[in-house]
Amino acid sequence: MSDDYQDGNALAGPLGEILAFDVTTAEASCACCARTGPVATLRLYKRAPGLVARCPACEEVVLRMVRTPDAAWLDMRGITSLRIPLP
Amino acid sequence: MGIVSPGFRGRGRGRDVKLPPGQYLTEDFPVLSAGPTPRVGKDDWEFTVTTESGREYSWDWRQFMELPSETPTVDIHCVTKWSKLGTRWQGVSLDTLLADVDTAADYVLAHSYGGYTTNMPLEDVLDGQAWIAYRFDGEDLPAEHGGPARLLVPHLYFWKSAKWVRGLRLLDQDEPGFWETAGYHDYGDPWREQRYQGD
Ligand SMILES: [Zn+2]
Repeated sequence: MSDDYQDGNALAGPLGEILAFDVTTAEASCACCARTGPVATLRLYKRAPGLVARCPACEEVVLRMVRTPDAAWLDMRGITSLRIPLP
Repeated sequence: MGIVSPGFRGRGRGRDVKLPPGQYLTEDFPVLSAGPTPRVGKDDWEFTVTTESGREYSWDWRQFMELPSETPTVDIHCVTKWSKLGTRWQGVSLDTLLADVDTAADYVLAHSYGGYTTNMPLEDVLDGQAWIAYRFDGEDLPAEHGGPARLLVPHLYFWKSAKWVRGLRLLDQDEPGFWETAGYHDYGDPWREQRYQGD
């Protein structure tokens, strides 16, 4: 089903709450297959107990975020590096 | 009217219904998914129990269908706050699957096609509390609801009822699964509202 996921641009709001930069333009390298591309190009699964972003090449989990009433949990084990454009 | 949950839209059925705290009643069956839906054919399907000493017990679909089945009718509670009452399933009790398995483990980690995992104490899947379910409401379990077969542990939040289940690892030590490593409660009792770590 093609409406299972959205593109990673939808991470801008939830991650904007905890990161000081626009994460969607950062370049993430997949720890599984080494694909590198903007976070905006990840596949974001939102109809779940948390946010799960997967690599469009290998479908592995690259990023997870769970927002509880008093904390945000961020798992970026699936990202080898994040290149963040800075002026 | 204060006791009626916000999502309640049933007719004449809700007055004596008691839901876990923070839950609302739904009549449909929402599909939650943290990834692409695995499409596992029955010919390729296999279910494996691996003990703490590494011994494996496996069933293919034909062998699995020859096991005695049960038809539990249970209430299910999703941590995203919907509850669905009186759901009808058919499946094999874990008491049946584990009857001849030689183990002294205290914990189980269920793992699925597609990579999902979830953990619970072994005692929570014994004594008529858990099944590997392959039919829902009289029909083969659709892939979006975890078919060909899913774990069904209705007394815990529904994320513990792993869709597309592929096997169980019996463990001496607790090993947190997919959501349990990302802020969700290790045990997940809906009646004690154990949604997140620290609840
Ligand atoms: Zn990848």
